[in-house]
Amino acid sequence: MKLTLRVWRQRTPEAEGAMATYEVDGISADMSFLEMLDTLNEELILAGDDPVAFDHDCREGICGACSLVINGEAHGPERTTTCQLHMRSFRDGDTIDIEPWRAAAFPVVRDLVVDRSAFDRVIQAGGYVSVPTGAAPEAHATPVPKADADFAFEHAECIGCGACVAACPNGSAMLFTSAKVNHLNVLPQGAPERESRVLDMVEAMDAEGFGGCTNTGECAVACPKGIPLPSIAAMNREYLRATMRGR
Amino acid sequence: MSDSNGHKEAMDSAGFPPYTDYALGAPVTDAKAPDGPIAERWDRRRFEAKLVNPANRRKHTVIVVGTGLAGGAAGATLAEQGYHVVQFCYQDSPRRAHSIAAQGGINAAKNYRNDGDSIHRLFYDTVKGGDFRARESNVHRLAQVSVEIIDQCVAQGVPFAREYGGLLDTRSFGGVQVSRTFYARGQTGQQLLLGAYQALSRQIGAGNVELHPRTEMLDLLVVAGRARGIVARDLVTGRIDTYFADAVVLASGGYGNVFYLSTNAMNSNATAVWRAHRRGAYFANPCFTQIHPTCIPRTGDHQSKLTLMSESLRNDGRIWVPKAKGDTRPAAEIPEDERDYYLERIYPAFGNLVPRDIASRAAKNVCDEGRGVGPGGQGVYLDFADAIARMGRAAVEEKYGNLFDMYERITAENPYEVPMRIYPAVHYTMGGLWVDYDLQTTVPGLFAIGEANFSDHGANRLGASALMQGLADGYFVLPSTINDYLARNPHRADEEGVNAEHPAVQEAVADTEDRLNLLLAVDGDRTPDSFHRELGEIMWEYCGMARTDAGLRKALELIPRLREEFWRRIKVPGTGEEFNQSLEKANRIVDYFELAELMCLDALHRAESCGGHFREESQTPDGEAARQDEAFSYAAAWEFTGTGAAPVLHKEDLVFEYVHPTQRSYA
Amino acid sequence: MAVTGLAMLAYLVAHMLGNLKIFFGSGDFNGYAHWLRTIGEPVLHHEWFLWLARVGLVVAVVLHAVAAYQLSRRDIAARPAKYERKRRRASYATRTMRWGGIILGLFIVWHLLDLTTLTVNPRAEAGHPYENVVASFRTWYSGALYIVAMLALGLHIRHGFWSAAQTLGAGSARRDRLFKALANGLALLLTCGFIAVPVAVMTGAVS
Repeated sequence: MKLTLRVWRQRTPEAEGAMATYEVDGISADMSFLEMLDTLNEELILAGDDPVAFDHDCREGICGACSLVINGEAHGPERTTTCQLHMRSFRDGDTIDIEPWRAAAFPVVRDLVVDRSAFDRVIQAGGYVSVPTGAAPEAHATPVPKADADFAFEHAECIGCGACVAACPNGSAMLFTSAKVNHLNVLPQGAPERESRVLDMVEAMDAEGFGGCTNTGECAVACPKGIPLPSIAAMNREYLRATMRGR
Repeated sequence: MSDSNGHKEAMDSAGFPPYTDYALGAPVTDAKAPDGPIAERWDRRRFEAKLVNPANRRKHTVIVVGTGLAGGAAGATLAEQGYHVVQFCYQDSPRRAHSIAAQGGINAAKNYRNDGDSIHRLFYDTVKGGDFRARESNVHRLAQVSVEIIDQCVAQGVPFAREYGGLLDTRSFGGVQVSRTFYARGQTGQQLLLGAYQALSRQIGAGNVELHPRTEMLDLLVVAGRARGIVARDLVTGRIDTYFADAVVLASGGYGNVFYLSTNAMNSNATAVWRAHRRGAYFANPCFTQIHPTCIPRTGDHQSKLTLMSESLRNDGRIWVPKAKGDTRPAAEIPEDERDYYLERIYPAFGNLVPRDIASRAAKNVCDEGRGVGPGGQGVYLDFADAIARMGRAAVEEKYGNLFDMYERITAENPYEVPMRIYPAVHYTMGGLWVDYDLQTTVPGLFAIGEANFSDHGANRLGASALMQGLADGYFVLPSTINDYLARNPHRADEEGVNAEHPAVQEAVADTEDRLNLLLAVDGDRTPDSFHRELGEIMWEYCGMARTDAGLRKALELIPRLREEFWRRIKVPGTGEEFNQSLEKANRIVDYFELAELMCLDALHRAESCGGHFREESQTPDGEAARQDEAFSYAAAWEFTGTGAAPVLHKEDLVFEYVHPTQRSYA
Repeated sequence: MAVTGLAMLAYLVAHMLGNLKIFFGSGDFNGYAHWLRTIGEPVLHHEWFLWLARVGLVVAVVLHAVAAYQLSRRDIAARPAKYERKRRRASYATRTMRWGGIILGLFIVWHLLDLTTLTVNPRAEAGHPYENVVASFRTWYSGALYIVAMLALGLHIRHGFWSAAQTLGAGSARRDRLFKALANGLALLLTCGFIAVPVAVMTGAVS
């Protein structure tokens, strides 16, 4: 198939960016979206142009590196990561708009690549259990009810891609933060730091310049791993509880 | 130190013509493994190791390259011990290392099932599974430590699968007869990696780890015979910098991407280990690569990577191809008596559950016969029709639903209705930097952990053992053994005059800059990917699932030619002073060429079949891999002597005191 | 936002129920209005309760608006660059919270000028609320304005109530449908209840 691509090009973080238009031909429906971009880049290199920079790594939907807004939707029209989106979701002759994640906390590095280190700093603020290597008790010493383990797993599935922030009209990171808070706070292993974790992570999240939550629900719709919207309510509950108890 | 004639022994004894492009060096005689009863060796080593006074630890800097299971765990643990850790990853975040993609699970000899498992059994299974090409002492330690890993991960909040009683669930994996595999749905690697990432994040937050994301190691700094730091490029600004340390730990993963198409992440690369090799670290068993039988076949030339599907599918799926060559009918129109369930036919006892290497080779054979299915004939059916008839669709969905969904997303075919198509793909590399029992390479102060080293899997890795080894090395082994090195070499880099002005440092930086500048200057007419793809095709053809003397020699002719063409025709757009993904790729390919040659040479010299290394000349009458223990019961540690120059082979003889070598049989 | 919003919501329910007394005729309605001024007597002085409620409401409105302003500023700052193309998946109610809130704020001013201070009511007479209501809604623009505002109110509550439940941590996967249904129910009830009065006046059912 033949496609028209409108791609955000921005050489450096400080530079002005703009949409550039490219035509690509001979695109197979079996290609992944990123393989379609590979094809474009091969042509650009041979033509003496700079290829389009984009983040990608595992290309099997788990590392969370890929991060494109395709036709106004984070990761495109399917509920998956960009790398698992295939060209059969598009039709011959389509015009496809490709933009980077847009949020103040995710500045553009180049073209479609953004800096998501703000997420790492949110985790560094408390998204862990303080258990130095070697200090762990026997694994079966503390049984975990299956329902709690499943709840933890459901939230631990977050891949940190940032689609929630990209989709949110407020650039809010509540879904990301809540996923980690809920994962650890429901487990007995996470209980000793339950209050400080949510307070510190929310504080770090706010300090990074993410927007506030207005419960638009765009984040959960965009999430390729299906972290549910009530996750945010659960974090709010944890936050209120921690605030009332004090640190 | 090398003996240019000595290598003939092995070749002659195996009955093949000698290969002249390498020299035989002195054997490796001291792998530093303690002696005594095997179960006590790790304790002895830890007791005999010198310790660094806790107050002195913060004065020592340790560089860790990579943030996967091994690197993340090591960085966190070293920082917890009090060392100043400087850590690097090429990804934008340490959470994205490719350990995250492991699906199946992690082995541990917990014996929670009371099904006869023990540390000794895990040790035994791993040595045997590795086809007797691993060091017994290391493997036993791995089995011992496996138990602590699970405790550690659970304490970190890793959400392993649990039963209704709240206890951990386990399953049997990879044809092992005990249930010792702990798992978190199909995302065990992700959950374990996030556990290590969180531990690392805690140390970063506390200021004990200085993290450099989007920074790639391009060379190792060796000063006065010791590893003293690295040269690294900031991938965003292009700035090349030097970082100094008292020890360097490489946890940069495997080199499967030499094949271009593999299940590795797109940016996984061999540059860190190869540059270390060029600086004096021996590279061991590079030809030991694992080909995984259940991957989704490629769909065309645009294919950029391959996706693995859990091996567990073979528990209920039946593998077949049409009996007739070139049969292009849809699967449903091929009657039962015109199908060849070839694994069940050839291996009636194990059927579809034969080990990975056997299943992979059998698939290649039927495709080579022209009986493959799907585009290009590079695929075989994995059919669930019988399983659905037997168990009902709901039960199949319960067991494999997420895998079926993944398959359908990629192929747009519904595996409940038409059989899946699968084909083998490169998945893991057992070879890597040679390390001693302490995980130290032949460069003092340089350590290699996880997939980057060669140590524990021999010629074949068992399912669910990669995660175990990465975490064992990172959490428990390296943090103990590195103390001994630092205690015996207490002088810090700066105390010994190692700084940016040191001639050895300036030479390494200039070398790196020259290489990148040359790549940019050629301005030819071929893209980096086109070279990488071509190299991968050579490797897959001649150094893939089945290898021959003639094929490997052919590859050894083709690769230098391609490398020569590369330096004439490569085109890298842009500059070195910016975010430039083409430059990153091209620079990695430079190292792939040299590594590919060594892999072929290693495969050529090892004229036996063992584990993932199958030499067609060395098989049993019924077509199985035939090991040649008299000639090849050693680890091949290669020393670099120059690009295109004959390397030197150092043999480490493997002694089996506890598990006696037997020939595998699955018929 | 959630706490002040819920406080105002509770007031609106009472307000709407009171409004519906208009269908029982002038006596009932005016009596009810008079009673409002006597609540709390003799502990409270005449109209004290009313004034306390008014102060409480003003505080709620102001806090709600200030919080909305701060949140909006922060949200706009967090998203400085717009997408060239954006496919919105949030509901209309969700997307109109900001402008809907402003419209409601302006309406409250009009509403007070119309029926409390009677400044803009053409035939106003203090102490005769029933007649004032009827007089107001007899002018077409007053009635239309009221109806439009109540539709905006419905939308605002539809997202606001559910959103408040989320913010206060009451939401969960299990209760999500319940809160959505409650939000829709409340929005519908209040919109219909409020709109019934101008419609009744304009159709002549109340005169």
